[in-house]
Amino acid sequence: MATYNTNEFRGGLKIMLDGDPYSIIENEFVKPGKGQAFNRVKVRNLKTGRVIEKTFRSGESVDAADVMDLSLQYLYNDGEYWHFMDPDSFEQYQASKTAVGDTVNWIKEQDLCSVTLWNGHPLSVEAPNFVTLKIVETDPGLKGDTSGGGGKPATLETGAVVRVPLFVQIDEVIKVDTRTGEYVSRAKDE
Amino acid sequence: MSDWRPCASLGMLRDRAELLAIIRKFFSERQVLEVDTPALASAANPDASIESIKAAAGSDTEPLFLQTSPEFFMKRLLCAGSGSIYQLCHVFRNDEQGRNHNPEFTMLEWYRTGFGMFDLIDEVEALMSLLIPAIDKPATRITYHALFEQTTGVDLRSASREEIRALAGEFGIVMPGNHPDEGLVEMIFNIATASWMKQQPAVVVYHFPASQASLAMLSPDDPGLALRFEYYVDGIELANGFQELADPREQRRRFEIENARRRNRGVQTMPIDEHFLAALEHGLPACSGVAAGVDRILMIRNRQPDIASVMAFPFPRA
Repeated sequence: MATYNTNEFRGGLKIMLDGDPYSIIENEFVKPGKGQAFNRVKVRNLKTGRVIEKTFRSGESVDAADVMDLSLQYLYNDGEYWHFMDPDSFEQYQASKTAVGDTVNWIKEQDLCSVTLWNGHPLSVEAPNFVTLKIVETDPGLKGDTSGGGGKPATLETGAVVRVPLFVQIDEVIKVDTRTGEYVSRAKDE
Repeated sequence: MSDWRPCASLGMLRDRAELLAIIRKFFSERQVLEVDTPALASAANPDASIESIKAAAGSDTEPLFLQTSPEFFMKRLLCAGSGSIYQLCHVFRNDEQGRNHNPEFTMLEWYRTGFGMFDLIDEVEALMSLLIPAIDKPATRITYHALFEQTTGVDLRSASREEIRALAGEFGIVMPGNHPDEGLVEMIFNIATASWMKQQPAVVVYHFPASQASLAMLSPDDPGLALRFEYYVDGIELANGFQELADPREQRRRFEIENARRRNRGVQTMPIDEHFLAALEHGLPACSGVAAGVDRILMIRNRQPDIASVMAFPFPRA
C-alpha cells in the first residue's frame, strides 16, 4: 500500500486514519528550536465530513487512502441507488443515499458530477458549482415588479426550493449556485 | 518569472535595519562585544532533532557543515577569555520550512559571563520589551512541570509511560505502529500549552526536564531539572537559553547520546567538535547564553502572519 511521509503533506492529500479516509485541509510544520519536529494537520473525514485536528511526528509515514475524484455523468435513480457513468470508459458506478447527500437537490440526468471514489466505490458526489434547472412551481409575480427586491420561493424540477426574484415565472430555467443554494440569474437561451 | 521581487515590503526591510540597530545599541551600552564566527565548519551539532546542511568542499576532503548556531565557536571565544559577547548571524537548518520557519534565518546569540539563568532571563525580557513595544508587562514565568500539569492535568514527574501515551492520544497525536515515545512529551507540551500561551503577554518557561537539557547545566539542587529556559510571545518561541554546561566529560557524553539517537533513527551521525571540547577542557567561565530568532521577533513586532513576510528572499524565492 502506498504511504506518504509527513514532508509530502499538503492540502488535498488523502490519507487513512483509524480505518477511515481523510483529506488534508491544512498542514502546519512545527519545530521547537531544540526538540521534536511535528506536523499539525486539519483533516476532513471523507465519510462523515467531520473536521478534526491531528498531530504527526515529522518524518513518520501514513498510509495513503485509495481515493480519486472522477467526473461522472448522472444516469438515473433506481429508488435506492444513484447511478453514474464514466463518459470515457462507460464504466458505471452506483452511489448510496449517504454518498449523494444534499447533491440530490441539484442534479438531473446527464449532469456531470465530481464523484469521489474510495477503493472503487463512490464516497461522495458533488454537484457542478452552477446548474440550470426549470421552475415547476412558484407564485405569480406582482405586476410591474421588475427588480425583484424581496423575492419568493420557487420549487425546481429536482424538488429543491430556492428564493428567486418576483419577476421569475413557472417553466423558466434558472441558474443556481449549488454551493450556496442561491439563485444567480435566468438561464440564457442556449 | 514574476517572483524575483522581495517578499518583505521595503518598509519592512527598513524596520529590519532599525531592529538590528536597536540590538547593537543595547549590547554596546552594556559593553557586550560583537563577534563574527564562521558559518561553514568541519564539525556540526549532533543534536538529533536538528539537521545540518552539508556542503561539499574539495572532492578529497571531509564534508563541511553550515552551522545551525554559532554556539561552539562563541564558547571557544569565551574559553579564550573574550568576556561577554554577542553575534548576529545567519544560521542554517535542513528541512525546516513553514509559517515560522525558513531553512536560513538570522540568529541573535549572546553569552554573559557571571550570569545565572535568572539574570539572563531578566536581560532577555529587557531587550524584548525594547524590540516589541506591544509587550508592556513582564512575562509570565512558569516552570516546565507546572505548565505541563496546569494544561494537561498530569504530573510529568510521576506519570507512567502508559499515562503519557494515553495523553498523547487525547491530544490527537497519531502513533502509527511502534511509535517510539521519544518526543511525545515535547509534542504534548506544545499542543497543550498553545492556547494558554496566546493569552499571556509573554511567557518564560524554565527548568526543563533533564531529558531536554540540550547544552544546559543541570540544577545543583535537583538533577532532574535543567537550567534551560524559553521565551515565547503569542505562543511562538523567540528565544532559548541555558546556564551553560561547562563540564567537558558531560558534554562529550551528551554528544555521544545524540549520535546514538541518530544511529537508532538511521540518520547520519555528526563529527564531534573536538576543538570545542578542547576549549571546555581549558575552561569555560561560568556563564549563561541565549539564542533568539531575529526574523520571528520582527514578525511579531510588525504583527505579520508568517516569517516570509519579514524576509527579503525566503524560500522558495531564495
